[in-house]
Amino acid sequence: MHEFLFYTFALLTLVFGFLVIANPFSLNPVTSAMFLVLTIVSLAGLFVLLHAYFLAAVQILVYAGAVMVLFLFVIMLLDIKAEERRKIRTFGIVSGVIAVGAILTIFMVTLAKSALPGVSPSLEGATIPLGKLLFTDYVLPFEIVSVLLLVAMVGVILLSKKDLK
Amino acid sequence: MNIGLEHYLVVSAILFCLGLAGVLVRRNLLVIYMGLELMLNAANLSLVAFSRFTNNLDGQVFVFFVITVAAAEVSVGLALIVALYRKRQTAHVEDLTTMKL
Repeated sequence: MHEFLFYTFALLTLVFGFLVIANPFSLNPVTSAMFLVLTIVSLAGLFVLLHAYFLAAVQILVYAGAVMVLFLFVIMLLDIKAEERRKIRTFGIVSGVIAVGAILTIFMVTLAKSALPGVSPSLEGATIPLGKLLFTDYVLPFEIVSVLLLVAMVGVILLSKKDLK
Repeated sequence: MNIGLEHYLVVSAILFCLGLAGVLVRRNLLVIYMGLELMLNAANLSLVAFSRFTNNLDGQVFVFFVITVAAAEVSVGLALIVALYRKRQTAHVEDLTTMKL
């Protein structure tokens, strides 16, 4: 059962991820955003298979909820009709695919040659142990991240002002 | 066949390469941003997989921080794209050649 679910979610993640960057039917950013939502949801399925339940919930809430709503709002503000009329340059695609293929080869060779840790997994990523760790060992990064969010919020408000000086 | 760490790492590597290909090939700033999100998610997947298969919860805390920072990064980046669009009426990298020699 675990194997079947893993292969299902992995295949869904990769197919939807491919459709985000290269949809043969439309170059519209809205369809890319929709497929990004599906990628994130199937990735949350993989997180559940890894017993990271809290992170799966956060993934869906923060990414599929907040971040994608932000993306769709911005796409709505911009004029996407002009983007569809662009012609695709083959040279850029060929060189990009070659570069990415080389990096993928490096990844795969490294993975095949490295000795991975073989511990039998017994870890549960539930909310309680994660919260305990977050508020004991990681309390300083936690506070820094909260300041970072405040800074980002102030910066976004400043950037979206009409008369940017 | 048992699903081990290497299966998750292969999925993560392929997803990272898809995101990188999106950044390199696509010319729309918004789609480039989505490629960045794919790469961050691939890194998150490998961190969670390592955390599970080494019985160490630190990786998951790290993923929590990565998700938070990614949310902040997306909000600032999209605000920049909107400000750029207001000034130049484009969200396309080929039109942004002011600094080209």
